[in-house]
Amino acid sequence: MNNLSAILFLHAELSLVLLLLIVLLADIFMGPLRRRWLHPVVCVLMVLQVILNLTPDTRELFGGMYINTPFTSIVKSILSAGTLLIFIQCGERIKRKDTEFKQGEFYLLTLSTLLGMFFMVSAGHFLIFYIGLEMASIPMACLVALDKYCHHSAEAGAKFILSSMFSSALLLYGLSLIYGTSGTMYFTDLPALLQGTPLQQFALVMFIAGMGFKMSLVPFHLWTADVYQGAPTGVTAYLSGISKGAAAVALAVILRFVFPAMREDWTLALAILSVVTITVANLMAILQKDMKRFMAFSSISQAGYILLGVLAGTTQGLASLVFYIAVYIVANVAIFAVISTIEQHTDGLTDRDSYRGLYRTNPRLTLIMTLALFSLGGIPPFAGFFSKFFIFAAAFEEGWYLVVFLALLNTIISLYYYLMVVKAMYISEPLTEDGSVAVAPLKSQGGGRLCLLICTLGICLLGVCSFFYEGLFLWASLLG
Amino acid sequence: MNILSLFVLIPALMMLGLWIARNVNQVRGGMVTGASALLVLAVGLAVTYLHMRAGGASGEMLFTDSVMWYAPLHICYSVGVDGISVVMLLLSAVIVFTGTFASWKLKPLTKEYFLWFTLLSTGVFGFFITTDLFTMFMFYEVALIPMYLLIGVWGSGRKEYAAMKLTLMLMGGSAFLLIGILGIYYGAGAQTMNILDIARLHIPTAMQHIFFPAVFLGFGVLGALFPFHTWSPDGHASAPTAVSMLHAGVLMKLGGYGCFRIAMYLMPEGLAAWGDFFLVLTTISVVYGAFSAVVQTDLKYINAYSSVSHCGLVLFALQMMTRTSCTGAILQMLSHGLMTALFFALIGMIYGRTHTRDVRQLSGLMKIMPFLSVGYVIAGLANLGLPGLSGFIAEMTVFVGSFEHPDFFHRACTVIATMSIVITAVYILRVVGKILYGTCRNPEHLKLTDATWDERFAVICLIVYVAGLGLAPWWVSDTISFSVAPIVSHLNISCLPL
Repeated sequence: MNNLSAILFLHAELSLVLLLLIVLLADIFMGPLRRRWLHPVVCVLMVLQVILNLTPDTRELFGGMYINTPFTSIVKSILSAGTLLIFIQCGERIKRKDTEFKQGEFYLLTLSTLLGMFFMVSAGHFLIFYIGLEMASIPMACLVALDKYCHHSAEAGAKFILSSMFSSALLLYGLSLIYGTSGTMYFTDLPALLQGTPLQQFALVMFIAGMGFKMSLVPFHLWTADVYQGAPTGVTAYLSGISKGAAAVALAVILRFVFPAMREDWTLALAILSVVTITVANLMAILQKDMKRFMAFSSISQAGYILLGVLAGTTQGLASLVFYIAVYIVANVAIFAVISTIEQHTDGLTDRDSYRGLYRTNPRLTLIMTLALFSLGGIPPFAGFFSKFFIFAAAFEEGWYLVVFLALLNTIISLYYYLMVVKAMYISEPLTEDGSVAVAPLKSQGGGRLCLLICTLGICLLGVCSFFYEGLFLWASLLG
Repeated sequence: MNILSLFVLIPALMMLGLWIARNVNQVRGGMVTGASALLVLAVGLAVTYLHMRAGGASGEMLFTDSVMWYAPLHICYSVGVDGISVVMLLLSAVIVFTGTFASWKLKPLTKEYFLWFTLLSTGVFGFFITTDLFTMFMFYEVALIPMYLLIGVWGSGRKEYAAMKLTLMLMGGSAFLLIGILGIYYGAGAQTMNILDIARLHIPTAMQHIFFPAVFLGFGVLGALFPFHTWSPDGHASAPTAVSMLHAGVLMKLGGYGCFRIAMYLMPEGLAAWGDFFLVLTTISVVYGAFSAVVQTDLKYINAYSSVSHCGLVLFALQMMTRTSCTGAILQMLSHGLMTALFFALIGMIYGRTHTRDVRQLSGLMKIMPFLSVGYVIAGLANLGLPGLSGFIAEMTVFVGSFEHPDFFHRACTVIATMSIVITAVYILRVVGKILYGTCRNPEHLKLTDATWDERFAVICLIVYVAGLGLAPWWVSDTISFSVAPIVSHLNISCLPL
């Protein structure tokens, strides 16, 4: 496969690079007046990218450093689709006066992190994996600090880059130990060489810890709440859904296919991490008053549930993991879209008390928020119920009864705090002095509306229509 | 299309209709049309079912159908009914129909109220028609979550506390239930989610011992099993009238039905191991619920504790595993559903006028609102088991059936549980005497009016069913008994190898 056409197997990545270049050139050569076309152009090109990604066959490139399978291609499509949703939603926000001139940068940086995630998911070699990971992290810090004149945003950017570097260092240390003990970094060669010597176990711990930072698992979660609160809301949605999802898929694939001989070690570690993550994050979420911080802890606990799919490590586990991520992205983007809409129209209100009585002024936004919260809480007939059931079934099948049971008990705690938001919106009386609702009736604009519509459809239909999950299961079973 | 799917489809269409309705009259029109359609459908189903049985249809379930939904986990949308589910569907349709009239004048946000109310009934109907574990669990949860908003937004008193407590406790129960369902599915070899097929497979005894209590507790929470009944009094007291009716009348029956159909039917060895433990708990429920009702002063609390006692009797009778006692348990579900709905409807109507439910502040209502008071007396007499009304038939069957059990311990429990009849008479007659008879001490109450047409309609409907069940119980009890028989014999074969 040395001919030039082989490079076309990279088409998902190539098309993304092309898209990136178009945005870059357009940003440079478009005058300030024509810049308003940037948003629709990017969105249309992203739609094409989502569709073109899907390939039904398995290919290897560069001697196995890059592997593309139907499974990775569907994962990439889900990530692109999630990014597209966020682009649609952020269009209006980014056109505001203070960020208008940074539009190009926003798309550019987001797309380059997405490119990094593509390589992470498709990696067949630890170096490619690491390059992808860094590519997904460093531009993210710029994104987090996009509102750089806002104190919180700049602080969040600094926190993100520091903790990200620290976790990369841990990860690299683990990788170097793996290379040192086995002499290779290829995923195909490693399973035979990794037999669980003490040094390799240490390397595994370092690897999991590094990935734990990226996925913000407890006890590596301390950066999450501050960064989520400080970053622009669209970026927070991206960070909590897409970025976390890519890391989880990469972790699941690598643990299953590179460390099969050390299965007992990593399943135990993940079981403990998962239970601790879910429990601690749930308890912390109860205390939060700010919606963005609240969603940060909610997303940490969701990462714990996602870990159950990694823990199972079976076909069912991988399929339910990706399904969970897709469902989670849809619900999360919907919630952040509502938060962002309210934030923009009320001069930055994000505390829960200002949501009191929201149903009286904005019934539709409230309804969408409720559906999304129910989906996150695992209430049928919304998609979250199905994804939770499948991921629990996957972990249960492997015999993790107690872990599943503890996770299930935690769903009740999580339901409590999701219902607290529902209660604020429907039941509680407003706290303002004259008893009026803090948020006036507002109209979300075209982009935000479209995004909410797509998300609502996703929340209602992803679970009921079974073909999506069955397709995932089929492609995951092809992985072997 | 299968006729049973209509039970889910009609509420779905109702919700769509309510969504586009523009004013209160359209909402009411949509609700009445839909609820009547459901009632007609349920009656039609019952008649057809009886006809098919008379014609010699011998399958365990009739009207069965199955559509593959999630192939990797063998999840199907499977439906089918036997005698037990037919009477439960009939009960649900009656309660939804009368509940619509009981909340005729509800304000504010009428449209939203009926939307959630219909979603709740979708879950209830769906639960009774399915034979697939996953689908059943899904409908079960669909029926639970609207309760939060129904109580929280439209309730009274400590509604936020009650709504949260109820939701979290019931969801806690469903966490147990979910782990139990996974246990059943993987224990039976991960081949099928269909209850009828799993009953033919053998789940390893060790797994039955772990997962039977999980499922039984999970459903038991909804069936107000002691000590997990505490959500019930608070929830019922705060809920709006029709929600109390639907909740005590139908939703709590999901617990008993689930215990019978899933926990006991699928894991008989688990039942053998845990039977005595749960028998003690249910006996406590029966007696403790009745005693608690005696000391309450709020009308709704009295009824809520009475429900704990009566629903405890359902679970109690199921534990006895004789054909008569299990038939009695189902009859008790039916009878309790009807008379509690009647009770809550009447209490709601009285409360709507007097704005108090405190027994100490009410007196002499018989002269002021004779229609409601007579209705209350009838409901009370049904509750304490007067012959000719539904309560007598049910409790008689339960106690006779329970005493048939040869074991001494079981008989002793039966004797203790029988005490509840006497205690029931105490709290019912005490309340009836205090609030209905005597002279009215509160001059404000003298100006109050009797029931309006919509209220009368709801009350008369329910009284007709209560009396009908009491006077002509045979067609119901025969239907139930026929369907209980195979399950009970299955239990006794697997459970008592002696």
